[in-house]
Amino acid sequence: MRAQVGNDAKCQGCMPSRRTLLKASAAGLLGAAAMGLSGCAGSALADALSGVGADADGAARAVPDIGAGEVKVGVMHSLSGTMAMSETSVRDAELLAIEEINAAGGVLGRQIVPVVEDGASDNATFAEKAEKLLMSDHVAAVFGCWTSASRKAVLPVFERCNGLLWYPVQYEGMESSKNIFYVGAAPNQQIVPAVDYLAEQYGKRIFLLGSDYVFPRTANTVIKAQAAAKGYEIVGEEYTPMGHTDYATVINKIRAAQPDYVFNTLNGDSNVSFFKQLRDSGITADDLMTCSVSVAEEEVAGIGASYLEGHMTSWNYYETTSTPENDRFVAAYKERYGSGRVTDDPIEAGYCAVHLWAAACEKAGSFEVDDVRAAAGGVTFQAPEGLMTIDGDNQHMYKTVRIGRVNADGLIDEVWASDEPLKPDPYLTGYAWAKDLS
Amino acid sequence: MALTQSSKTQRNRLVLAFVIFAMLAVVPAVLPLFRTTLIARFMCYAVVALGLDMIWGYTGIMSLGHGVYFGLGAYCMAMYLKLAAAGGGIPDFMQWSGFDALPAWWTPFANPAFAFAMVVLVPVVVSVAVGLLTFLHNIKGVYFSILSQALALIMSVLLVGSQQYTGGSNGLTDFDTILGAPLASSATKVALYYVTLAVLVAVFALCFFLVNRRIGKIFMAIRDSENRVRFTGYNTAVFKVFVYALSAAVAGIAGALYVSQVGIITPADVGVAPSIEMIVWVAIGGRGTLVGAVIGALLTSGVETVASETFPDLWNYLLGLVCIVVVLFLPGGLMDLPRVPARVRAWLNRSHTGGAGSLALAASCPADVAAVNVDPAFDGAPAMQPAPSPAFSDDSSDERDPASSGAHAPTAGQTSSDSASASRKEA
Repeated sequence: MRAQVGNDAKCQGCMPSRRTLLKASAAGLLGAAAMGLSGCAGSALADALSGVGADADGAARAVPDIGAGEVKVGVMHSLSGTMAMSETSVRDAELLAIEEINAAGGVLGRQIVPVVEDGASDNATFAEKAEKLLMSDHVAAVFGCWTSASRKAVLPVFERCNGLLWYPVQYEGMESSKNIFYVGAAPNQQIVPAVDYLAEQYGKRIFLLGSDYVFPRTANTVIKAQAAAKGYEIVGEEYTPMGHTDYATVINKIRAAQPDYVFNTLNGDSNVSFFKQLRDSGITADDLMTCSVSVAEEEVAGIGASYLEGHMTSWNYYETTSTPENDRFVAAYKERYGSGRVTDDPIEAGYCAVHLWAAACEKAGSFEVDDVRAAAGGVTFQAPEGLMTIDGDNQHMYKTVRIGRVNADGLIDEVWASDEPLKPDPYLTGYAWAKDLS
Repeated sequence: MALTQSSKTQRNRLVLAFVIFAMLAVVPAVLPLFRTTLIARFMCYAVVALGLDMIWGYTGIMSLGHGVYFGLGAYCMAMYLKLAAAGGGIPDFMQWSGFDALPAWWTPFANPAFAFAMVVLVPVVVSVAVGLLTFLHNIKGVYFSILSQALALIMSVLLVGSQQYTGGSNGLTDFDTILGAPLASSATKVALYYVTLAVLVAVFALCFFLVNRRIGKIFMAIRDSENRVRFTGYNTAVFKVFVYALSAAVAGIAGALYVSQVGIITPADVGVAPSIEMIVWVAIGGRGTLVGAVIGALLTSGVETVASETFPDLWNYLLGLVCIVVVLFLPGGLMDLPRVPARVRAWLNRSHTGGAGSLALAASCPADVAAVNVDPAFDGAPAMQPAPSPAFSDDSSDERDPASSGAHAPTAGQTSSDSASASRKEA
């Protein structure tokens, strides 16, 4: 009597023959397996039993595959999902740099072959693709990631396989992996000087507004310590979920708190809503200054320059930065991808990352990760933002800080810059007030 | 007639499952380490899918929030792994969130036995609480789905918001060892692969056992016509809470295996989107078949990986197309494939009368349509109609349901409002 009741009545109508079922599924699975097999040698079981390709801990190490006349590198960004809008431009800049280097004869006489992977705005996917690039494609270096979460996701993979990641975005600091080169700003090259500059210009009452994730929360932890030491007053601190669009309440809270300026770490789409609603409630940059650290030229184009005109940003590079290298870079980027495109800080950093890696390889005379790392300290690149130097101690870059103001055309004009490139300080060890943070 | 056909179907499915498990068992011997770990990850998904098939395919409860239980299991495991990696210190993200000492509720997770127990217990406790609050109050159908989805959203917002305890949006990552064995070594990875396979087989066996027992028939009866089950004297809420907790426990175990092999768990992996993806695996594979859920999870994830490697710019359009095709033409999922030729013939025969429309319907609102479709079969099964005790007593090895005897009174009270619709259906 068992299996009488409702045992999927749909299956009772017509019986699939077992053979058909088996054939179909077996063919599908075998096909998938065959795809996985191609291009790989040495099974997992063999590795595990013999310890082949493993170091003392039994961990597998990546070995760059240097073919005759060419060298492979990975380009790993989100080409789909919420981060695609930002990250595809960085990928474009990296591919542009690779083309430039190849046109000039390559690195150590070899042409660079990019292997592009989609991280799909998903952290586990980033980890998966990183491992694929290192262990199956045997790339010599990977240029990629944007969010801190994706970098944290791939970090163990790069450390375990001894790969090399070049990370192009400013971030919250408190990290220094020997397998990552950080081409974006550390907090002391973006956030700390901006807070001081605006306090000096506009007043000491600060309102902190950010999206709810690691970068804003950590940045604001830093700013609060800084404020306590410098005598600034934090009059409000608000976080909204990623993708939040209703800022009426927040704007009311800002009005009530009467800050001298708002330090804005909102990310992505939320900026569009916040700045539009700020303008709709009759507040312009003349009434209330804001300083954003996640709004660059691309985001300004998305929000609309009229809403942002007059507001401040803090970065290391703007499209308007006036150097001969930048004129060349902006012209080449627009030539390659269309005159409607803008360049901004992370795009420039992605471009520089490839050139810095190439310079480090040339200095090392090798593509081996350990050799490149050993040679990297002190390597310089005459970047669009000015001279960029790799700090051998923490693998971050010496960078110039630039505070800018959005103009009516949607570009950002520099209003203040540091006298020289600042030494990167990811753990803020150079500031007495930050000693409890790290 | 019905008996021989459905037991034959079940046997076919068992054989198919056996073939899949056998193929999975030889994977480490053929594929390189990286691919092996990848397939281990897909197997974790398959385990979740099995649990979901139990509640959705068999019991008709569509949970859009199983990321919560997957996440609870994964975070419990990740807390142990993180403490093992911190080597007696406190995790890095706590240091720069201003903590000097480990929060009290983190400390016991340093003990692997405690952490492993929590991997199952936490999802079970949460799901029983959620289940009692909803099923006892007769919240079902789309209301339950919405509620479960809200749970997934709450879970991810909560995890992001309490950065100092959970690592915020970065999640928990950078692990070192599991039970003293280095996670990075190929031997550990292959071992974890086989542990995952063993769990998959065990969960499949458990589910298969249950659905072929009396309790499984009650699940299906609840799916097909819950009111009738109530009228025969069962407290359906207890069964629903049980199967919900079972699927939560299974999802928790899958989460724990996932995090030990993927090496990261973040709020993005437990929120609304991944929860819906879990439902998609079951829908693509085929609901109410168990083996279909396994195939759906393995194949969807596999195709996703292959497609995204081959066409990094276009792959998600491709995948979307596959989903549309399955929903439109294979409402019963891939398990429906063998019936496609017959269906195409039928469609050709009566294409002028617009018969194709009926193919498309079933996938979109599974529970209700299934109930309507299955009703005749239900009526044809005499065992379900009379009062429970004598008809079922021969099935002695079965799980005894505490509800059938004691719960008549409350059930009767709750169902009175439904009797109108029930009698309409019967008429």
